[in-house]
Amino acid sequence: MIEIKDLHKSYKMGNNSLHVLKGINFKVNEGELVAIMGSSGSGKSTLLNILGMLDGADSGEYTLDGVPIKNLSETKAAEYRNKFLGFIFQSFNLINYKSALENVALPLYYQKVPRKERQEKAMQYLERVGLKPWADHLPSELSGGQKQRVAIARAMAAEPKVLLADEPTGALDSTTSYEVMDLIQKINDEGNTILVVTHEEDIAHMCKRIVHLKDGIIVEDKKIEQVRAEQYV
Amino acid sequence: MFDIERWQEIFDTIRKNKLRTFLTGLSVASGIFILVILLGFGQGMRNGIEHEFKQDASTSVWVWSGVTSKEYKGLNPGRRIQLVNENFKKASTMFNETIEYESARIFVGGVSVNYGKEALVYGIQGISSDFQFIDNASMAEGRFINYQDEVSTGKVAIIGNKIKKDVFNEVDTPIGEFIDISGIPFKIIGVFSEMEEREEERIYIPITTAQRVFNGGNRISDMSYTLPPVENFDEAVAQSITFKNNLREYLQQAHTIAPDDTGGIRVWSALEEAKRYYGLTNNIKLFFWFVGICTIIAGVVGVSNIMLIVVKERTREIGIRKALGAKPWSIIAMILHESIFVTAISGFTGLIFSMALLELVGPHVEVDYVMNPSVNFNVAFSTVLVLILAGTLAGFVPAWRAAKVQVIESLRDE
Repeated sequence: MIEIKDLHKSYKMGNNSLHVLKGINFKVNEGELVAIMGSSGSGKSTLLNILGMLDGADSGEYTLDGVPIKNLSETKAAEYRNKFLGFIFQSFNLINYKSALENVALPLYYQKVPRKERQEKAMQYLERVGLKPWADHLPSELSGGQKQRVAIARAMAAEPKVLLADEPTGALDSTTSYEVMDLIQKINDEGNTILVVTHEEDIAHMCKRIVHLKDGIIVEDKKIEQVRAEQYV
Repeated sequence: MFDIERWQEIFDTIRKNKLRTFLTGLSVASGIFILVILLGFGQGMRNGIEHEFKQDASTSVWVWSGVTSKEYKGLNPGRRIQLVNENFKKASTMFNETIEYESARIFVGGVSVNYGKEALVYGIQGISSDFQFIDNASMAEGRFINYQDEVSTGKVAIIGNKIKKDVFNEVDTPIGEFIDISGIPFKIIGVFSEMEEREEERIYIPITTAQRVFNGGNRISDMSYTLPPVENFDEAVAQSITFKNNLREYLQQAHTIAPDDTGGIRVWSALEEAKRYYGLTNNIKLFFWFVGICTIIAGVVGVSNIMLIVVKERTREIGIRKALGAKPWSIIAMILHESIFVTAISGFTGLIFSMALLELVGPHVEVDYVMNPSVNFNVAFSTVLVLILAGTLAGFVPAWRAAKVQVIESLRDE
């Protein structure tokens, strides 16, 4: 599903150049649940941005579902983002003046799905994350866990190839974190490919594979025994 | 632009940001409001000045004589020139083509006027029948002096409305009453009214009677003309000036006056005078446009400014939208669409309010030189269209900025 070869990225900071990614190679197959770990400054966010087509790499190859991602125009990148990727953020990033339902329906708007269909579909996904009764609530009326579930429903709504989760439990207490992870695991069980960036060990162990980043290179890449989050909920 | 989905998006946004939208709209609406009121006022001044000039027929030309100021062909300066009947008749045949109405006039002096036992102190003027049209006098009662009165040197008189009010308040109508002018009874046959009361304090008698009965001989005091109406104002002015110059030239020759002597024969043309005021109102109008457009520019800059703030405020939202797959163009269109929509709605609101105000208050404005301020709807409408265009431009910079929002930075936790 995802294939990365010798990926380099550096940032210019005045006269200095900061080499963030120093040759990353890795491959993610369909249906995998991968945790990307690393301390801050290890380059994990940069990697996620490149995977999310929010930033371009300096050199190296990136193939997503067989499509080479290189030198994309902003319009093309937006189209691919919409079609291939679903984002889940640490701070939820819901649009605060839109209801839960409208938030979930937003990616479908950019897919030019008609309004009626959009709302039906959004409602289905809200139901899947167990928030159907909250469909008309604004994000400010929801708890943190509920917000993240809305965000997950939104990421799922566009039926992307890959879900990219950037510290999805970073802003949540542990019980809520496990609830969210439980949801992510269930989505993964259905065959969706998910990448989770985290620095929490227990969250990482709820994935099926852990990739350790340090100073811009992968230092460890291992398959693990998945810990089901269900038991903590 | 006619994408229903985007309209829904925009209404959502506006509904949820009422105050911001209202304030943006207010600045635009007041810009248009001020412009339209200013333009209306400019038009009001124009109307007012036009009105002032309607007192006499707008194409009228008046000629009177004075004292020469230059030596010419052996004649000393300081000669008093006297216009006579022959001048009037000659001019009449010479300029037959260009004259619409003509009248000679003589001021009758040194006479006493009595109505019964009451002595009246009104000026008496001998005029011919055309004078009614030159002076724009309208008849309140009876009739004006006619050609027959002139030919028969009739002892008839017409009086101004003011005289009727002041003197003949005890009778039903002054018509048929007699006034004595230096002992000779004149029958009142008409009452005329003028725009200005001052001009109603006159008694008109036929010029022939005035000359014959009151020792006028063939002397006349002034001659007045109107020229046939011409559609185009500038042409009318040109016609007026040509006529004026030709007439002066003839009179100067007839009385042996130096061609460059402005003293002997004096000519005044209403149109030339009007043109001067028109020029003035044009300048005033220009100034009002200038002020109005500056106001609109201020409004547009306001919109641009507010949209910039909107973009800043919505940076995170735009970042989210981009992450969810919004194309740059769709972001630009979203911001532009909102800016144009707000400008258009508030522009029309300002337009409607200002037009309503002009419509309601305009006709009641009664100040000298300002009358019925109003504005051409087409002008106002196109102003709003220009404003919408300006709104587009105003929205573009912020929209462009919005499209360039960096997703990563905008979503970073504050």
